Amino acid sequence: MELYNLSISELKNKLSSGEITAKEINETFKKRISEVDEKIESFLELTDQIKDNEKNDNGLLANIPVAIKDNMSFTEGETTCASKILKGYNPPYNATVVNKLKESGANILGKTNMDEFAMGSSTENSAFQKTKNPWDINRVPGGSSGGSAAAVAAGEVPAALGSDTGGSIRQPAAFCGVVGLKPTYGLVSRYGLVAFASSLDQIGPFTRNVEDSALMMNAISGHDPKDSTSVNREVPDYTKFLNEDVEGMKIGIPKEYFDLDIDEEVEKNIRESIEKLKDAGAVVEEVDLLSAEYSLAAYYIIAPAEASSNLARYDGVRYGQRSEKADDIETMFKNTRSEGFGDEVKRRILLGTYALSSGYYDAFYLKAQKVRTLIKEDFERVFEDYDLLISPTSPSTAFELDSEQTPLEMYHQDIFTVPVNIAGLPAISIPSGFDSKGLPIGLQMIGPHFGEGKILQAAYTLEKILDLDLRPDNLEV
Amino acid sequence: MTKEINKEEVERICDLANLEVSEDEKEKFTEELGEILNYIEKLNELETENVRPTAYPVPLKNVLRKDEVGQSLNQKEALKNAPDKISNQFKVPSIMSEEE
Repeated sequence: MELYNLSISELKNKLSSGEITAKEINETFKKRISEVDEKIESFLELTDQIKDNEKNDNGLLANIPVAIKDNMSFTEGETTCASKILKGYNPPYNATVVNKLKESGANILGKTNMDEFAMGSSTENSAFQKTKNPWDINRVPGGSSGGSAAAVAAGEVPAALGSDTGGSIRQPAAFCGVVGLKPTYGLVSRYGLVAFASSLDQIGPFTRNVEDSALMMNAISGHDPKDSTSVNREVPDYTKFLNEDVEGMKIGIPKEYFDLDIDEEVEKNIRESIEKLKDAGAVVEEVDLLSAEYSLAAYYIIAPAEASSNLARYDGVRYGQRSEKADDIETMFKNTRSEGFGDEVKRRILLGTYALSSGYYDAFYLKAQKVRTLIKEDFERVFEDYDLLISPTSPSTAFELDSEQTPLEMYHQDIFTVPVNIAGLPAISIPSGFDSKGLPIGLQMIGPHFGEGKILQAAYTLEKILDLDLRPDNLEV
Repeated sequence: MTKEINKEEVERICDLANLEVSEDEKEKFTEELGEILNYIEKLNELETENVRPTAYPVPLKNVLRKDEVGQSLNQKEALKNAPDKISNQFKVPSIMSEEE
């Protein structure tokens, strides 16, 4: 069996036993990328940087290849956020997570494709290329971290980093049949992550199994003085939660979520997986939660509002592209931004500017922030009695490329993932099965603040029960 | 909240956001933004009179550090990606017109 089918821990074992060498690992994955990426287009840029004097054979991820989403600052190559406006931008510093990966000995093989500035649910909003779903190349990998999800699913790398503001790790993980985790807000440093919505963004790992997810979390979590929103809190060893045990765990099933439009096969599969957890000893009960529609509405004020502020810096002055039609400063700003940003980015900047503008701030932004309090408190109330909540990650499986959905229809792809970011909670998406078209279905587990341990344990247990075969060699890529 | 957004509003916010959009795009955005704003109306179903707003999901306040000089970018690094520069400064087109 080809090495690219192995997990991080399997690779580590074979490395330490001497069965394989670091060089073989590097070559296997680079070969895999060269074989499949022309079709899948996960990568915007390859940056293999193994230098002998930088090798760290003792690190947690020593000699393990990884990929990172192109909105994370890396001094090698470009960081474009899949936008024309940042084409050519070479960061003068590394994101904290990039430094952590390097310190742990990982080999960063490249930057992955995404929706422009992380705005989208299909990776079709990239200014450069459309990534395909390795399970069906006529379908989307999800978004905005579609490149990272597809790269892991296809065995191009055993792990990749993505970012999640409204579901951008979890939804592509569900569409691509991989594990995607969004940590509690503040657990992983945002320093060097190009900001979209500062109160919602978090970086998290894509892996092919839950154990690897725990390993990646060990590598990237922790307080960072350079990120004033990162929490100063001891980080546990997440691998300690990898126990096959849900005996007595109280699992809540949000009634209002399941009342929404969900693809029949997806709902059936999720309910079957929930039953399996019940058979394994978990206590499963229906719970009442505020409708997810309120979270989505609040999100589509808060996120664009914060984005309109965060993207004001792209003005052609200090970095990135500058329009050639620039006789004075005003036209330089206008033309640079109008030429450099895609439609979805413009749409959200306009929405955000409107929500924050004089006369509307109270009605929109302030109202959304108050609703945010209600949503957060609602979750906290439920978590007093329950260990975790389960829902489908997405209402459907991967849809086709060029599906021509309206913006609002596309936003509804994130209906189950968005509430999690609004409340700042941790959540994981794990593969739960397949639909009749052979497309992966994702199950979402939501935990209380800093409850990564609980969701990892439950996810690990379910993964072992389901025992799905998700090896890249099964793909017809 | 207004249910409708008209083209003049779109033009106003384009100005505020330093974006220039074509007539066709203006029409399209007006329609799309209208649809989204309509959806957002549902927040009015929730009573928020005495609710405090949440800015950040973690209860952090006043995260400070000592006023000590630390690491920062040097000038060369900071200017590295400049679209245009003169010696140690970013160069931009004229900010003030002849009359000003």
